[in-house]
Amino acid sequence: MHVASLTRRSALAGGLAMLGLARRAAAADVALLNVSYDPTRELYRDINPAFAAAWRGKTGDAVTVNMSHGGSGAQARAVLEGLQADVVTLALAADIDALARRGLLGTDWQTRLPDNAAPYTSTIVFLVRAGNPKSIRDWPDLVRADVAVITPNPKTSGGARWNFLAALAWAQRQPGATDASAEAFMRDLLHHVPLLDTGARGATNSFAQRGLGDVLIAWENEAWLAQTKLGADNFKIVYPSVSILAEPPVAVVDTVVEKKGTKAAATAYLEFLYTAPAQTIIGNNYYRPRDAAVGAQFADRFPAMNLVTIKDFGGWDAAQAQYFADGGMFDRIFTPGK
Amino acid sequence: MRSRLSPSGLPGFAPAMAVTLLWLCLIVLVPLAALALRPWSLGLVGVWHSLTDPRVLAALRLSFGAAGLAALLNLPLGLLVAWVMVRYRFPGRDLADSLIDMPLALPTAVAGIALTALLAPNGWIGALLTPLHIKVAYTPLGILVALVFVGLPFVVRTLQPVIMDLPPDAEEAAATLGATRGQTWRRVVLPALAPALLAGFGAALARGVGEYGSVIFIAGNMPMVSEIAPLLIVIRLEQLDYAGAAALALLMLVVSFAILLSLNMLHRRMRGRRA
Repeated sequence: MHVASLTRRSALAGGLAMLGLARRAAAADVALLNVSYDPTRELYRDINPAFAAAWRGKTGDAVTVNMSHGGSGAQARAVLEGLQADVVTLALAADIDALARRGLLGTDWQTRLPDNAAPYTSTIVFLVRAGNPKSIRDWPDLVRADVAVITPNPKTSGGARWNFLAALAWAQRQPGATDASAEAFMRDLLHHVPLLDTGARGATNSFAQRGLGDVLIAWENEAWLAQTKLGADNFKIVYPSVSILAEPPVAVVDTVVEKKGTKAAATAYLEFLYTAPAQTIIGNNYYRPRDAAVGAQFADRFPAMNLVTIKDFGGWDAAQAQYFADGGMFDRIFTPGK
Repeated sequence: MRSRLSPSGLPGFAPAMAVTLLWLCLIVLVPLAALALRPWSLGLVGVWHSLTDPRVLAALRLSFGAAGLAALLNLPLGLLVAWVMVRYRFPGRDLADSLIDMPLALPTAVAGIALTALLAPNGWIGALLTPLHIKVAYTPLGILVALVFVGLPFVVRTLQPVIMDLPPDAEEAAATLGATRGQTWRRVVLPALAPALLAGFGAALARGVGEYGSVIFIAGNMPMVSEIAPLLIVIRLEQLDYAGAAALALLMLVVSFAILLSLNMLHRRMRGRRA
């Protein structure tokens, strides 16, 4: 084609397109993939544009963050099997540990960012029906004869494992408690559960939409979301006397960012989560902010609680082996004659 | 060998056979071989232990039992539906005929959620059953309902062409020879349909054993009570226990294959007897 045959307008358009290409090549466009667990959909929908704006302000580069959501364990498995995640933001450290053990990132990942690499926390609370008709106030109320409890399956749901440990923490802290008495309480509690959904969102639906059970054991953020989305007149959050500090951790996947050359942006993305604007977004999405100053703004939303941590159970590896692995406490509770 | 083959419309036996074998290998055998090789990293004893756990046995009993029962229930229901579709002309027949395939087309999760919404204690049907103390959702009965739902098209679609080929003359002849309606059914119609009923039963059973999506929402998933074997496979994957998951999958595969093979042999013998 001869240049002379081009009309002036198309020549102008072509020139502009070339300029655009040149600008693109100079300011690298980065696309990150954040592989996360289920209830963070709303949170990262708000975080990602805020990070993109901050990153453009600092470097002039455009960054898009793509999301993938699912059960925490299933997501870890997807990354393990080759999903090219620049960062993982999962429900439990155990799931990221599994990636580290197989060489996808350094085993020191939890020390690379402040606060055990968990920029936000949550805890386990009760959601009851409006007016609290069964007057459920604390863990022992859950094993009363007239109470049905909704919680998902700890074998398939990260959230359910936090629920299990929160209940166990209470049982272990009763006067004269022994391992046997704690297991007896857990047995009693699980026999008040009429069904085990495979995920936390499924359990919320069973409780809220299907009208099953008198109390839902849930993430605090999930309980708030249910209350806000489905009407504060229908549900009420109850804070038990003991619960657990859930620290959903985040990490850069070393092998992926080295291959894609996205290390700088991926690291900045996770560091951004600790900044004041991101911490405010976190509080707005019903996760507990780490930043004390931001946390103070949300003080009435997040009452102080008596919280144990996963360290009280000897870390995730020990908890997993003792309670959730094959032959662990959960299996013993459901297997006859053991 | 070749002399036993019946003449076929396909040009060239060799290329057709080669493509068939290659395709069967790629699509069926290679994935199955990969699966069959996976569990042995546990060792024989490990595989045995992972398969004889009481929870695994309960799940297998439930999966095969519910699938078998659902397939059995689908036989009379599917026969009735197929019979009506072939032999009767009524307004809306085409529409009804297309409806039969819906359980195949619908994503199984959607079917499961819809059935659960209907049968849960606060659902349309569940609310009617609650005063009668009948619980369907979150019990093994719910699993049965889901499997009947997904299995129906397999029985209907296997029976339809056979009923179409069944000349009404045979029934008329039986009637003129003095057979009662019951006798006609027992002695003329059912023997002719038996191979197709068996094939439909096998297809519905196979589908029911492997069904995950629709069951998971309605089952309640309580260990030892309403936990299906495919869920246990998923649970093992969640624990990154690939070998244990593969062991259970392989066992299900072997049992299903044995059932389908014996059904096929029975099927062949029935057709042989008729011919």
